[in-house]
Amino acid sequence: MTDETKLRVSKIENGTVIDHVPGGQALHVLAIIGIDGSGGEEVSIGMNVPSDRLGRKDVVKVEDRELSQSEVDVLSLIAPAATINIVRDYDVVEKHRVSRPAEVVGVLTCPNHNCITTEAEPVESRFDVLDDGVRCVYCETIIREDIAAHIMV
Amino acid sequence: MRHDHVISAKQLSRADVEEVLDHASDIAADPAGYRDRHEGTLLGLLFFEPSTRTKMSFAAAIKRLGGDVVDMGPTEYSSVKKGESLADTVRVVEGYADALVLRHPSEGSSKMASEFVDVPLINAGDGAGQHPTQTLLDLYTIRENAGLDDITIGIMGDLKYGRTVHSLAYALSNFDTRQHFISPESLKLPRNVRYDLHEEGASIKEHTDLEAILPSLDVLYVTRIQRERFPDESEYREVAGEYQIDADTLEDASDDLTVMHPLPRVDEIAHDVDATSQATYFQQAHNGVPVRMALLDLLLEGSR
Repeated sequence: MTDETKLRVSKIENGTVIDHVPGGQALHVLAIIGIDGSGGEEVSIGMNVPSDRLGRKDVVKVEDRELSQSEVDVLSLIAPAATINIVRDYDVVEKHRVSRPAEVVGVLTCPNHNCITTEAEPVESRFDVLDDGVRCVYCETIIREDIAAHIMV
Repeated sequence: MRHDHVISAKQLSRADVEEVLDHASDIAADPAGYRDRHEGTLLGLLFFEPSTRTKMSFAAAIKRLGGDVVDMGPTEYSSVKKGESLADTVRVVEGYADALVLRHPSEGSSKMASEFVDVPLINAGDGAGQHPTQTLLDLYTIRENAGLDDITIGIMGDLKYGRTVHSLAYALSNFDTRQHFISPESLKLPRNVRYDLHEEGASIKEHTDLEAILPSLDVLYVTRIQRERFPDESEYREVAGEYQIDADTLEDASDDLTVMHPLPRVDEIAHDVDATSQATYFQQAHNGVPVRMALLDLLLEGSR
């Protein structure tokens, strides 16, 4: 992290720092972890800050919150290079890269309005993760562009 | 064949297909020999959409094997009308039958339903998705008339919404076939089907016109432009009526051409084609019985 970024986004005491998110995707990251401001969470965002690895990157810091595995799974689809830092007492106690899961369950809505998962059936959406997108296990619709737009809200 | 359910042509290997087709040939040669094979077996028919051929040929198939059907009947007279979910309906009906046949307007419905039942479930059409038993009888018909290897096949009409096309194209990629797809731009193969064919390394070409490739074809598979799958009527009318063939069209084709159609037809094959030696679609429809007998026999034996 550059000194410049440190000035813009202060350290957090306890919580999660999601770093190396592609520039401009920070608000999608917040959507994935279900934060819209109404829950009172303390959040700091750096958007389009210079990055050696990505050119421009976003950084999201959330106080008092750790991510579930399914949130990390979906995060990996829009931010495959992201690193997740767990912070306790101002120190990074865990740091890991996201990895692409084989499938994501219950987090994306199938864009095919005629898919059985969009009806009132007791079934969760399930998508296989492809090299360049995701595919509904039920109706086989493929999503390649703008996966974040299909995240359940 | 070791499958609990038959959901998609994608799950059928070449060996699976050949096992069903060989068994269907044996049954067609000696139907009486299978008359009591599944005496007392009940097949549950759940058709949430209209059907003539698929439903009646499944009923004929199980009865010719000595079994019988329990039929949900039209949805307006069933609990579906009261808002029952599909997951509940199949869980109830599996208690009444030894195997289920499901047709439903939503894509992925059979896949989902199969997760709720222990008896074998056969997909008889899920929206614009898959129709694997139609594919098996199509393959049987192609094998009887043209063979399944080293053939050139043209598939014409509604390639976007036509579920028989999606199942057939995938299954043909298991064989040495050259596939030509002929359709208006707006009804080309959907992305997911193209993705699968690409993954399988299938030889496919897309065209908007039949004329140039017709003489090279061994099989021409014509499909109906499906009004009920169009989101709006004006889009349907724009393409309806295109991609029709008649006896004149076939003058440029090989005399050995096999003309197929999953039926029902509207006007995409003129009635004057019926009298030509190339017309094979009624034979194709009749093949539904031995092929479904073969499939049911293999599935029911496997689930015992």
